[in-house]
Formats: sequence, C-alpha cells, structure tokens
Amino acid sequence: MKIFELKVPVLGEGIESAIVACWHFKEGDKVALEDDVVELVTAKASFSVPAGSAGILKKILIKEKQEAKISDVLAVIEVSG
Amino acid sequence: MKNKYIVKDLGLIEYSLAYQKQKECLSQVIAGGKDTLLICEHPNVLTLGRLGKATNILNKQNIIPVIEVDRGGDVTLHSPGQIVIYPVFNLKHFKKDIRLYVNILEQVAIDFLGEFGISACRKPDEIGIYVENNKIASIGIGIKKWVAYHGISININNNINLFSDIRPCGLDVGMVSLSKLLARDITVDSIKVKIINIFERLFDLESVRINENI
Repeated sequence: MKIFELKVPVLGEGIESAIVACWHFKEGDKVALEDDVVELVTAKASFSVPAGSAGILKKILIKEKQEAKISDVLAVIEVSG
Repeated sequence: MKNKYIVKDLGLIEYSLAYQKQKECLSQVIAGGKDTLLICEHPNVLTLGRLGKATNILNKQNIIPVIEVDRGGDVTLHSPGQIVIYPVFNLKHFKKDIRLYVNILEQVAIDFLGEFGISACRKPDEIGIYVENNKIASIGIGIKKWVAYHGISININNNINLFSDIRPCGLDVGMVSLSKLLARDITVDSIKVKIINIFERLFDLESVRINENI
C-alpha cells in the first residue's frame, strides 16, 4: 500500500504557519489529483490545497481551526493504482 | 517583458454577480488564460471571510445582506462609493509568495493615496492600509491552484457611518474615506484610471483590453 503525505506547502517568505479553515472531503473519501481537499488561512488569504495524489483520504491529521506549520502533514492519502 | 492582462470595469454590480464573474475569470486563468483585473462597486453588503466571526457584526437589527465568502479575513462592508478591485492573477508570476502579493496590493493603496498628497501606511502585524489610525483600505484574498481572486477595497466616497455596524476585519478600528480626508467629493469613476495605472506599474502589466463591460 503506497502512502502520500499531504503537507502544508511553502506559502511565501515569512509565513511560518496557517490555520485549517475547512476540509472539503472526509476520511474514506476518494480524491482526484487536482481536487482541492483542504483550505488553509494565513495572512488574509485562504489557500486551497490540492490532493497532490489520487487515492483515498485515509487519515486527517490536522483538524479544522487547528494551526499547522509549513511542511506539517495535513493528511495521509492511500494512493490508488 | 510586461505581462499582458485584461481589465474589466463591472460598474455598480451585486456582490453575487461579481463573485460569479470572478469565478469565471478564475477558471480561465487556471486554464492558462490572461490575468484579469475586475473593478467594481457593490450595493450595501457585508461579507464574512473564512474563520470570520458573526459576532463581529455588532448591529443585531442589521438589515444589510451578509454573505459568507471563500477569502481570508473577517467581516467587511462594501457599499457604493467604495472601489473594489479583484485581481485574478496567477501568482506564479509573483514568485508564488502570498506575502509578496499582499504587500504589492497594499502598495497600490499607498501609492494611490500618495497621488492625492495623503500619507498612508501599513501597521505592524495587521494587513490593510491606514491614514493615521483610521483604516482606508482592506484586503482579503482567496487562492486556488496559485491563482488569486478576491482582492482589495478602498473607501473613496462611501458612507463611512455604515461601518459602525461591524468590527471591520474583526478590529476595533475607525474607518475613513478619501473624500472625507480631502473634504471634497471624489467619485469612484474619476479615480479608476489612476488605480489601473498604479496596478500596471507595480505588477509590471500591460493591458490588452479595457472597460469591457459584462
């Protein structure tokens, strides 16, 4: 079983963290590569994070309203195929 | 070489219609289309950003429509006389740096007010533009596939008293307009070209179409 870690991307100079505003999928849902699965908020911006890999959203590690640092793992996706 | 982009003046337009227009532009830019700058004014509306708190709407008898939107920031008010600018820009042209992009948006407001002899500034740890202690420009953006939408609003000659119904951006802050600062009436129509010119200079843009109405 291949696993993909969905991480908080680098969002810009001086931005060290973001808050998870909302998840658009729940654990167990099938996600496509380009699906925006989670929305982060930082520096007056909401940022949609695409899945980055097609598969099943296996585990959400950072819940809504919680803070995550850049490169923190937001969720684990079980890669399809 | 300057980045070619499109400017569209939507005039006075309902928030929901302008939002629809933004989303159309967003899809086009994500698909590789030209960056697009939408300029408009809205009839009275309160918008509440992601993680915004409804408790920041202070007037419990509020009759202004409230719309929850997919941008950063808290509650803000749009009303006629306030210029609202929605740059639908691919941030790959701006180093994929949200802070850099927001800084340039802030600089648009600073340079614009500077053209009227007004010294405006940022505040530490706050996003937005102030003249002395009063806020005059507010920013809230959304980003999908590294394309930005939503944007910046600047108070030109709107009714500032309406802001007393809310805590703008979740802050206890006074608001001010350009007309109030200059003690003369300035219309939004009269300043659009100035704003466009500043955008083109700061974002290194060259327009390919102007004033294309919906």
